[in-house]
Formats: sequence, structure tokens, C-alpha cells
Amino acid sequence: MTGIDEPLRRRIAVVSAGLRNPSSTRLLADRLGEAVGRALGDRGAVASVELVELRDHAHDLTNMLHTGFASPELQVALDAVQGSDGLVAVTPIYSGTFTGLFKNFIDVLPEGALAGHPVLLGATAGTARHSLAVDHALRPLFAYLRAVVVPTGVFAATDDFGHSQGVRQDDDVAPLADRVQRAARELADVVLSSSRPPAVDSFDDPTPFEQLLRGGGPAR
Amino acid sequence: MQFGIFSVGDVTRDPTNGRIPTEGERIDAMVRIALKAEEVGLDVFASGEHHNPPFVPSSPTTLLGYIAARTERLQLSTATTLITTNDPVKIAEDYAMLQHLSGGRVDLMMGRGNTGPVYPWFGQDIRNGIPLAIENYALLHRLWREDVVDWEGKLRTPLQSFTSTPRPLDGVPPFVWHGSIRSPEIAEQAAYYGDGFFHNNIFWPIHHTKQMVGLYRRRFEHYGHGSADQAIVGLGGQVFMRKSSQAAWNEFRPYFDNAPVYGHGPSMEDFTEQTPLTVGSPQQVIDRYAAMRDHVGDYQRQLFLIDHAGLPLDTVLEQIELLGTEVVPVLRKEMAVGRPPHVPDAPVHSTLVEAAGGPRDVTVYADTDAVTGRAPAPVR
Repeated sequence: MTGIDEPLRRRIAVVSAGLRNPSSTRLLADRLGEAVGRALGDRGAVASVELVELRDHAHDLTNMLHTGFASPELQVALDAVQGSDGLVAVTPIYSGTFTGLFKNFIDVLPEGALAGHPVLLGATAGTARHSLAVDHALRPLFAYLRAVVVPTGVFAATDDFGHSQGVRQDDDVAPLADRVQRAARELADVVLSSSRPPAVDSFDDPTPFEQLLRGGGPAR
Repeated sequence: MQFGIFSVGDVTRDPTNGRIPTEGERIDAMVRIALKAEEVGLDVFASGEHHNPPFVPSSPTTLLGYIAARTERLQLSTATTLITTNDPVKIAEDYAMLQHLSGGRVDLMMGRGNTGPVYPWFGQDIRNGIPLAIENYALLHRLWREDVVDWEGKLRTPLQSFTSTPRPLDGVPPFVWHGSIRSPEIAEQAAYYGDGFFHNNIFWPIHHTKQMVGLYRRRFEHYGHGSADQAIVGLGGQVFMRKSSQAAWNEFRPYFDNAPVYGHGPSMEDFTEQTPLTVGSPQQVIDRYAAMRDHVGDYQRQLFLIDHAGLPLDTVLEQIELLGTEVVPVLRKEMAVGRPPHVPDAPVHSTLVEAAGGPRDVTVYADTDAVTGRAPAPVR
């Protein structure tokens, strides 16, 4: 337990793969980030929210696929995600799935980087016809990464930004703002209930050689 | 401090004229590069080992044995010897043989290799990369130090009453470096044995190199081989030089842009900033490499990659000439400034023999049993 004088601090990374400027993906990412920050605040935590705009790293991501190492700027972005207590990941839907840029970023994260990591998924597209992409495309990707994905994924079609109700009068889909709140509360709860073990730095704390000789690999 | 050349042995099209060497031409080029290295006063030539096109050096001891016969002083090494997919018994035999033929001018750099299919081609599984590197080397280490080895591991058929021949020259095994870019286990392995650690940083930012070398140095001290600054460290390097910096940039850019590994990726501007690749005048190369020890401490071996990406042989030989005449003599002086006396040079055969108390004939004389080939206990 944390002492009364010591606030609970939680770092949230928000990854936006929107390409245009202004970008509806970025808009959704910002709303989700703010909502998660507020939800953490409501629960007595102090949240810091760090945005990673993948558009700014597009060249560096391609370069890293070639070279295997990150530019200093991209390394800051990778560290922000890995060092966070929770991740909000938002991508446009292209050809029925996340964009190549979004996947590039996932691909250059170190293996296991998101294992056990609380994640909120979001996506945008022109029409609501793509809304299941969150569950059919993004969720399996994050299942592979062994991330802890909250039940509510937030999809926003262009129309959603102009409606305070469901898209139709008789629509039972909650409006975007409600879905954002619900997803943010879910992520805040997971972030506060999970205690991530401190990362083992294999450079500071190498597996002793006698253990390697006995056939015991490093703890993963 | 040793300076030298290491070659991957790639057969790559020259992007400026479309010319691509034959395997024969490339093999001949590797020999001429090694001879040139000795001629201009460099210390080391190291050959890669690969088992797939576009690379020619599948048989490093054949190449190095030939070079040994045509040189007198050059230290012959590998970059790297595949400790994962080669049988450690064959490594023990081949390199002891080369040691004898070269008068002790041989050391090895162990590596795991980075071409996935090489593992199944040689009957191994890439997921065992680290365990193979650890177990195979543990066996190799014994084969060079114990006349008769009984051994059982998990990844190779057991050995009973096995003697690797020829025994190491003068009773002293070749010095071994362990090369790894990002596996702490290999830095740990090098430290455990008190062997050398080589970070082939040519494609990597220096902070990464610093982290790996730092780990190796700490663990070298932990295992009682000396203080951290006495650990034996080698670095890779990559340069292209002309008298003027601009001329170097103009000439090298098409090779950079089309190079294997990083070509069609980062700009040469970014890559020269983020990695040790230095394109410029000899003085710029001197300045860049004289500063390497600020990051990793005083070190023992600096190897340069200069013959890849389709550069013509004549150009490569000019680069070696520049290294030998203008760059390395200055670097030798600069690296000596402020180098503590207790920091050793890289071990070579003569210093290893001296440390062992002089040369010993360790020939295993055996009355060969013509049926089983087994040797009874040696009778002296």
C-alpha cells in the first residue's frame, strides 16, 4: 500500500497512428487519453499522459526495420510505451484492418514488451461498416502480444463526431462520449489493480554463467 | 592495440556499373585484401563464415591457411566462427591445425550467425542458439585443454576417450573472442572464461556498444580475471576515405544507398551520425575512432569493414593503404596516450606461451589400435 502522503502515480502512453493533420484518429486518441487521465484522477491517482504520434516517426520506423535500431527520437517513443502503466492504442482502419504504420510500430517493440500490459484499443474509419475491425483485427494482434486488453474497444466513424446520441434515433449504440468514458474507466481500473513487476534489466542483472551452463536460460 | 580488417566475403553487384564479381574473383580479392593489410602494417585479417549465397567464405581455415602461407606477421582471425552450427570437435581440430601451420598466428571470434536456415541445414534448431553457443564452446574449451575428453551434453552426441588432434601449438590454445551484438549471455560467457569480447558495432549506436562492453567488463572482474579495465575488448568499424570529405561522400553514396543490410533504409547522413560508419577524410576517421575509447574504455582490437557493398577491389586496396599509412599510425599514438600500463594488449600466441611458462610439446603419442583407432594411455 502507498502511504497517504505519496500519491499513486501512473503513466499512460497514447499511440496515435493517424496520418492526416488534423486527424480524427488523433482526435479520438486525445479524447481517450484525457478520459483515462480523469478516470485515474477520480480514483485518487495522479496520471501523466504521453502522446506518441506515429506519423512523426514514419521514416524512422522503416529505417529500424532495416537496421534493427531506433533513432534517438523513436527510442523516446518506444521507451514511453514500454515505461507506461497503461497504453491507449488508436489506429485508422485501412483495407479492413490496422494500418501498416501502426503494425510497424508494434513490430519494432521488443519481444514481450506488452505482455501483461493494460491496453485500451481504439480505431477510426470513414463509416461504421468498419466498426468490428477493433475486435476482429486489433484484438487478436494484442492477444498475440499477451496484452491485457479492456473489454470496451472504441470505434469512431466520421459520423460519430457529429452525434451526441446513437447514430440513429432508435440506435441502441451508446454515443461516442459514453463509450470513451466506459473504456477509460475500464482501463483505469486495470491499471490500478495491476502491479507490473519491475523490469529485469539483463545488462544490470545478467543470468550467472553457471546457470547458463546448466542449461538454465535467463528468466523470461 | 591491434588494428585490422574484417571481411564478410559478400559477392555484391557494384551499383555504379552493374559489375558483379565471380566467386573466384571474390575469393581472390579476400586474399589480396589480407596481403595488403600485412603490407601496409595492419595487424589482423579476419574472415567471416557463411553457408549461403551471396557469401564465399564457407571454409575459413582453408582461406586463412592459404593466407598464412603467404604472410609472415599478420594475425589471422574469424568474424565469426559459427559456434552454434559447427561441430565443436571440428573447430578444435581445424583451428589447432591452422595454429600449427601459421606459427601460432591465429585466434577466433565465436558467433552464433544470423541466417536462420543455416541452423536446420546443419541439423540444428535456431531456438537453441544461445544453448548451442554455451554448450559447444564448453566442449571446445575442454578439447583444447584436456588430452582425453569424456563428455556428454544435451545437443551433441557424447564423446568417450576422445583426443582432438593436433594438440594446440606449444600446449597453448588459440585466444578466443566472443562476438555478440545484443545478447548479454554472450558477454557473460566471454567474462566467465576470461576470453575477449568483440562488439561488432558497425550497424549500431555507440550507447548500445557501451552497454554490452560495460556488462562484459564488470563480469570479467566479477569472475576474477583482473580489473574491469583489463578485460579484452574489440570493436568493429566501417570507413570510406578520400582526401576531401566531399569526394568521399560523393563516391561512397551509391554504395551506401544500395548496400546489403542498411541500403534503401536510413540516409547516409543519419547512419554516419548514429553508427561508427565514417565517410570523410583520413583525419575525420582518426578523430572519430580516437574517441571510441571515451565510450568503451581502452580497448585492444579495432577491425574495419571496408570491402562490402560492391566496392571494387582497387578502391578497397586504396582504403587499406590509407588506413595503413595515414590513419592507423596516428591512432596507435593517440590510443597510447593516457593508456594505463596495467591495461594489457590483446593476447597473441607469444604472450600466451610466456604466460603459460614457455612452450610445451603436448603431442599425444599413441600406439594406434588399427582396428578401433583408439589410443591407450600415453606412455612417455
